[in-house]
Amino acid sequence: MLFTAKLAAARATATAARLSRAGGGTTLPGKLLLRMEPDAIGRLARRLASTTVISATNGKTTTAKMAAAVLEADGRRLCRNAGGANLTSGVASALLAAGRGEEGLFEVDEAALPAVVDALAPGHLVLGNLFRDQLDRYGELELIGDRWRSMVSAPGFGATVIHNVDDPLVASIGSAAPAAITFGLEDDGAARTSMQHAADSKWCPRCGTRLVYEAVYLGHLGRWRCPACALERPRPEVRAAAVRADGLEATEFRLELPRGDVDVRLPIPGLYNVYNALAAAAACVAHGVPPAVIGGGLEQFSAAFGRFERITLSGRPAVLLLVKNPAGTNEVIRTLAADDRPKTLLLALNDRIADGRDVSWIWDVDFEELVEQVDSVVATGTRAAEMALRLKYAGVSPARIAVEPQLGHALDALGGEDDAPAYLLATYTAMLDLRRLLEERGLVRPYWEAA
Amino acid sequence: MKLRVCHLYPEHLNIYADRGNMAVLTHRCEWRGISCRIDGCGPGDPLPHADLYYLGGGQDRDQRLIAPDLLLRAGDLAAAVAGGAAVLGVCGGYQLLGHVYRGHQGDEMPGIGLVDLETTAGPTRMIGNVVLRCELEPGRRRTLVGFENHAGRTSLGAGLSPLGQVVHGHGNNGDDGGEGVRDGRVVGTYVHGPLLPKNPWLADWLIQTALEHRKGHVELEPLDDTLEREAQRVAEALAAR
Repeated sequence: MLFTAKLAAARATATAARLSRAGGGTTLPGKLLLRMEPDAIGRLARRLASTTVISATNGKTTTAKMAAAVLEADGRRLCRNAGGANLTSGVASALLAAGRGEEGLFEVDEAALPAVVDALAPGHLVLGNLFRDQLDRYGELELIGDRWRSMVSAPGFGATVIHNVDDPLVASIGSAAPAAITFGLEDDGAARTSMQHAADSKWCPRCGTRLVYEAVYLGHLGRWRCPACALERPRPEVRAAAVRADGLEATEFRLELPRGDVDVRLPIPGLYNVYNALAAAAACVAHGVPPAVIGGGLEQFSAAFGRFERITLSGRPAVLLLVKNPAGTNEVIRTLAADDRPKTLLLALNDRIADGRDVSWIWDVDFEELVEQVDSVVATGTRAAEMALRLKYAGVSPARIAVEPQLGHALDALGGEDDAPAYLLATYTAMLDLRRLLEERGLVRPYWEAA
Repeated sequence: MKLRVCHLYPEHLNIYADRGNMAVLTHRCEWRGISCRIDGCGPGDPLPHADLYYLGGGQDRDQRLIAPDLLLRAGDLAAAVAGGAAVLGVCGGYQLLGHVYRGHQGDEMPGIGLVDLETTAGPTRMIGNVVLRCELEPGRRRTLVGFENHAGRTSLGAGLSPLGQVVHGHGNNGDDGGEGVRDGRVVGTYVHGPLLPKNPWLADWLIQTALEHRKGHVELEPLDDTLEREAQRVAEALAAR
């Protein structure tokens, strides 16, 4: 079969998937195409005007959406895997829909990254962070780090690596790349006094000595140096300073870029989103976008699906928050805790493959920080009882915890005052189920349209 | 009454939410009016006197970092156990209780030899939900649930009993139907999740055994374990799927 015929066959699958409402057709067409033509990604990518790949444990989808907001404000047309399908099949599916002259912007799963980079040969590669994540699926953090390091130091690797120097492991990987742009936070006001329990990579990536932190911003991200071998965080080229949270509405900061500073009001809370904005801004610097356009684009950005997405649930405000691993969930909790009003929570914990079969990670999350503010909690999902148990040992009275494994029942069981916002935290497949339920109730759009 | 717990290498061996095990020990003591003190012990620190020593799992690299320090403590730990202290080793911590861990490249990491067992890395990881039937005291049958994720195949010395018989999952080596080890007051297991929250009976057994070290016979007040039992029931049902 000719390549064009294979493309047509795969595209027809996408249309069929959407019409049958089986999903957004975000992975199946690509899978089919790759089976017919293993080299399809490389062949299709060569038609793009440029290619940027984004990877990290946390923040891939939000970073990609922020970068897209800026690049589109700069007048570019993009080809993206916006539905969050970030394995080779998702990238191939996105490429099927690419038009001539478009620029590729792909978020890629951290384990799939070396293979996808090899096929795509991107000009720009954004490396955001590496945190402890689904150990049953990805293996240990060090293994992913080693694979990334081999990828950037391989002979033929030609991308500019845009990377977060506040993460010691990512900084050391980025420094092995032939060309780089660095980003990081420069704000002692945002620093924590001590490292969180779930902190990873606190040892020197070169000599294994325990690192010293002048400031800890988030997990193991901060201003670090090794007391033994003198390896230290370099001063980043793209920086955020004077970070100020406006409740749960927005975050304001000064974005310092090589071509000038710009004040940004990011319409989403959380220090982790400042990191996502920095990654997006640094990628856009690499594309030559002027500072004013970068600042303007970030202010236009709206939350990605399930990432501080605001909805109205039977007349009351509610916020959807995707949680996947200890570091990301801790930042969500830290952000929510900054607003000290009583809270109604729904916590949905599934243990399907995409969530991680091993639910140990919830015990590494600092739910203790929210205990004082918890008005009532509904625990739901395949591991609802386990979630409830975690909260009990965090100090929430079992009388305030309802266990409702069925999501629909859990939504109906939400307590609290009608005008107090409800916070809905859900793991990946639980979020998909929750979105489907909310779609049926007419409260949100399907994920492949919303992204 | 006071339970003294020593958490060995909390900065290095904490990969599978070992903190959850500490939270369960602390709360289940405090809910009964027993105070619980947890002392961390890192490389080079003096070994605290304790009723219960806990050794969790770490990344390969972290385990290699602490192994030499742990070896220096082999004699002190053996003396503590001989004097009545209890020990719980989970995942990597379980392997380190034995004589040796043999890696993929034939590299050998010696353990402290507190229990007669040894471990050899296999070609695949054994990952998934686990359900065990345990009988630590004759006639008291208990269910233990959790998750395993290990490349090591562990075999027990002659005459040693596993912690339980595998109902679902792989266990020590995928072969002999046993999981973990129970040697007097020493318990080792691959089961995390973490281990103790969904298996409150084992948490209480450890608390009681460790307290009896100094106090003679101890009766623990029963607690309301409705959520614990429900989480265990769900874990067992999911493992059977």
